[in-house]
Amino acid sequence: MRTLIYLFIGILFGITMFKSEAASWFRIYEMFKFESFHMYGIIGSALAIGIIVVQFIQRFKIKSFYGEEIKFYPKEKSFSRYIFGGIIFGLGWALAGACPGPMFTLVGVGFLPITIVIISSIIGTFIYGLLKNKLPH
Amino acid sequence: MNWIFEPWPWYIAGPIIAFIMFLLLMVGKSFGMSANLRTICTICGAGNKANFFKFDWKSQKWNLVVVIGAVIGGYIGSHYLTTEMAVAINPDTIKDLNVLGFMSAGKSYLPDELFDNSSLFKVKSILILSIGGFLVGFGARYAGGCTSGHAISGLSDLQLPSLIAVIGFFIGGLIMIHFLFPLIF
Repeated sequence: MRTLIYLFIGILFGITMFKSEAASWFRIYEMFKFESFHMYGIIGSALAIGIIVVQFIQRFKIKSFYGEEIKFYPKEKSFSRYIFGGIIFGLGWALAGACPGPMFTLVGVGFLPITIVIISSIIGTFIYGLLKNKLPH
Repeated sequence: MNWIFEPWPWYIAGPIIAFIMFLLLMVGKSFGMSANLRTICTICGAGNKANFFKFDWKSQKWNLVVVIGAVIGGYIGSHYLTTEMAVAINPDTIKDLNVLGFMSAGKSYLPDELFDNSSLFKVKSILILSIGGFLVGFGARYAGGCTSGHAISGLSDLQLPSLIAVIGFFIGGLIMIHFLFPLIF
């Protein structure tokens, strides 16, 4: 049953990424050119509602559907890992035109070359794991 | 119901994404897609090479199911809910892209120059897609999250680290498009 819920959430996510064109390389390029409000509208409105939702859950101690406490894990304090990691991610996001959610959606659409992006992103993750202790965090 | 076949506007998509984050919180999980890349490394045996990959990947199975859903969603969205694949980006953007050699701008969903099946046999396309993917995977893990984990989940929780990461995403993206694209394309 829970698996079906996750599957449903994923399908809704995939359809939304495709239909909103957030999975389109062109939309990412246009966003970084500041030539359309579209992507900013998507992220901005998701964020505005997201902040209200999270505040609501925290303020009123809303329990999950299964009656458990909803936990938020504060991210570890640091500057370098977020800025360096962020910049590296941004370079790749703009070049490949896909982030780790939409790249899978594009497989479903039938774009075979996106599998190159997926495989190399897995390799990138692996290399990060190998170098983790040598990088400034 | 015709609107459903049109591209969805931001004010539909944004709230749905917030709803997805809400649903995941309500089932005791959190929204973050790049974590799956680490899980896949672990499944492939990366735990033997680095401690970073030593964890019980079964605890992340739920997120892999979300990924499978995202693939199915892409299929449903494109095969059943779409009549016109072309993405109507800003005409000025189309002109820019034409200058860079992307003649498919405004005519397709992804640039044919990179994502047409023939790209699988073009060295330049393969290189660009591989480097792009590598940076996405490496950077997402280094930063501890991607667009979903930081820009949506983290910022919704007003996390300062996520704000730094998102600023980084934009610095990287702007450098790539404004300074590196003219050199690459």
